[in-house]
Amino acid sequence: MSSLLSNLLSPLMYMIPILIAVAFFTLIERKILGYMQLRKGPNIVGPYGLLQPVADGMKLFTKEPIYPMNSSPMLFILAPTLALLLALSVWMPLPMPFPLANLNLGFLFLIAISSFTVYSIMWSGWASNSKYALMGALRAVAQTTSYEVTLGIILISMVLFCGDFNMQTFMTTQEPMLLVFSSWPLMMMWYISTLAETNRSPFDLTEGESELVSGFNVEYAAGPFALLFLAEYANILMMNMITTIMFLNSPMTTNQPELFTTFLILKTMLLSASFLWVRASYPRFRYDQLMFLLWKNFLPITLALCLWHSSMIITFAGLPPML
Amino acid sequence: MNTTTSLIILALIISITLIILNNQLTMTKPNNDKLSPYECGFDPLKTMRLPFSIRFFLSSNSISTIWLSIALLLPLPWAIQLMTPMHTLTWTITILLLLTFGFIYEWTQGGLEWAE
Repeated sequence: MSSLLSNLLSPLMYMIPILIAVAFFTLIERKILGYMQLRKGPNIVGPYGLLQPVADGMKLFTKEPIYPMNSSPMLFILAPTLALLLALSVWMPLPMPFPLANLNLGFLFLIAISSFTVYSIMWSGWASNSKYALMGALRAVAQTTSYEVTLGIILISMVLFCGDFNMQTFMTTQEPMLLVFSSWPLMMMWYISTLAETNRSPFDLTEGESELVSGFNVEYAAGPFALLFLAEYANILMMNMITTIMFLNSPMTTNQPELFTTFLILKTMLLSASFLWVRASYPRFRYDQLMFLLWKNFLPITLALCLWHSSMIITFAGLPPML
Repeated sequence: MNTTTSLIILALIISITLIILNNQLTMTKPNNDKLSPYECGFDPLKTMRLPFSIRFFLSSNSISTIWLSIALLLPLPWAIQLMTPMHTLTWTITILLLLTFGFIYEWTQGGLEWAE
């Protein structure tokens, strides 16, 4: 009975709320974007548009899935499946405040899974057998893999302060003071890199509407498109939660663990709303500007700060304890 | 069967279920227009495969090299706990300097130009 509980029920209790959160996040996006553009978002479907995600879900799953004639069928179906699988699995080591699986190498797991997501973009672009999809996929792959480099280096720098790749050590480290105060340049670069990593405005060249008409998922119809869409928004929420855990973690009082969860989700939602704010505010980057930003601006600074972090803690004997 | 494995299997089951649900709940009436690739209404003129731009290959080479150096830096949290922190610092600086010099070389030789 307990194995049924831990093997079936706990993961389900993680994944179903995540999917519901993603669905309502799409509604929040449309409402916030609408109000920022001096119009209301969807407000017809339910009270204040609250049933819009339900209607969208029903529409997407009752429309005909189109498998184009010349597409490679195996990869075409596999790519969205892989995307949703990874987007749901990566929530496993996140402490809220107790993770589903307290992985000792939680952050390494995160980076590995994010790198694997690149495959789904590549396969969906290639298998669609369409020039637009392929171009979008290639640009997306180059962009995502480039920005993962700074993600990795910033992660190592922060892990040096905390002592372990385990996500709960970040909770312990930030009990006296949040890491945003010591490493705010890294946090700014991390935030922008997560914007680029999730192919989000102003880095959304891969889905550049006016250029590529939806980029790598142009040939996807109903069900598979819904999976890709869910995976993208789940990745956005997950990245923001990682930013919160890494830099803005709240103190953990064992008397009231639900207070920790409340503050964590509050900060995650504020950061996600900033993602939407950025989408409404900035025009899209040109591709070479995007690459210039990473290779010539972010990478030198992150390398220098990694060196700084590692030499400073050894010089001032401020080594984190090995928990 | 630990929680990690069961979560991954369950996520896979959910994804596959959603796709099968979509296939079964809908009636499909394929016709030629629906199944042809998107080309703004025209018939596809040429083959769909693009020539591969060399800049993507160059950037993936740089990324691979940098990730190898980052993989060398990954044991740092355990390395700084060793009894001789000066060794650790020396090797860390060596790896980072090697990475930096390679990066400087690539920058000056134009490998990052319109690095698409």
